Amino acid sequence: MSDKEMAIDCCLLAGRLMMEAGAETYRVEDTMDRMAKTQDLASIHSFVTPTGIILSPGSPHHTKLIRITNRSTDLEKIALVNGVSRKLSTGEYSLEQAYERLKEIEKANVMFPLWLQIAAAAVASGSFLMLFNGLWQDVAAAVFAGGIGFIVVTFFQELTNVKFFAEFVAALAVALTAFFAIKTGFGIELDKIIIGGVMPLVPGLLITNAVRDLMAGHFMSGLSKGAEAFLTAFAIGAGVALVLSF
Amino acid sequence: MTWIIQAALSFLAAIGFGIIFNAPRKMLFYCGVVGMAGWLIYSVSELYSGDAVKASFLGAFAVALVAHIFAKRFRTPMIVFSVAGIIPLVPGGMAYNAMRHIVENDYITAISFASKAFMVSGAIAMGLVFAEVSIQLLYRGRSKRRRTT
Repeated sequence: MSDKEMAIDCCLLAGRLMMEAGAETYRVEDTMDRMAKTQDLASIHSFVTPTGIILSPGSPHHTKLIRITNRSTDLEKIALVNGVSRKLSTGEYSLEQAYERLKEIEKANVMFPLWLQIAAAAVASGSFLMLFNGLWQDVAAAVFAGGIGFIVVTFFQELTNVKFFAEFVAALAVALTAFFAIKTGFGIELDKIIIGGVMPLVPGLLITNAVRDLMAGHFMSGLSKGAEAFLTAFAIGAGVALVLSF
Repeated sequence: MTWIIQAALSFLAAIGFGIIFNAPRKMLFYCGVVGMAGWLIYSVSELYSGDAVKASFLGAFAVALVAHIFAKRFRTPMIVFSVAGIIPLVPGGMAYNAMRHIVENDYITAISFASKAFMVSGAIAMGLVFAEVSIQLLYRGRSKRRRTT
């Protein structure tokens, strides 16, 4: 593999890793351009969407396309890839080192353990209940509902791979937990418990990214991320509404 | 006293989201600080102006400002800090109320809640972008050196 081909593959790998980890589109394009510039690929053009990246390094090299199938949120991965790109541009890493490092990052699993994520979701739900002027007596119910919601969304995501279905079922579980908490006397305000418990499912990252991309002029990515955020919000709303309508 | 509790809770909530979104371990504390700053500015301005839209704008502005300062300092993408800080400002309560009134066939009230939620999300977006643009102007004015983050 020639040096230039390796540089192109390196750019594409960095772009794919960042996009899969949920980075903003303009940052992905910026990183890929910067990496290419350091490798004397001056006439590079990249087109990044949430579902695929097209990279045209200019003749005599071929244009390459890479597909992005699963997107999640992994801020640490974004930071790691960003670090590699910075070290490549300052000359701290050679191209080979950068490519090896990116491959390591691709394989590494840097996620927090699942129990800690569930605990974090539960604590966040409890905190939100209080931030939204809830009652102290409801905290236990909100912590419980938030934890259950997060467990359900992770389980159904693994099982079905349909994100919107998983979110719908999770919102349903949160609302049901809150409903039974009221019935058994553990909770008092149904609304506040549901709002607190649903917060870990809210598509906050998608909304922020969608707006950021739209403002940066990336209308394709902005609109498609906005659509994803809207569908997620709709799934959550439908799950809660199903319980409320009884 | 209530302010201290609010600060502690928003700090906890932002760290919780930092863990869910897998923020780098060393940055979790700063994620919490960003969330706390955004929420405190939001609740103080909501208390004095009584308008959630203005308060959300100011809160989001504060989040983006603090996130940008941390991003420059630790040479980490800004998104690591801003995401967890924005979550508490998202109008979850209003969206919930809108949904609830739709289920109860009370469409007029639902529309007023939904419009409010829409305005608040717009205000958050504006706050984020305004802060970023003003910081970029500030940096360009202060030095001609290349942007590092």
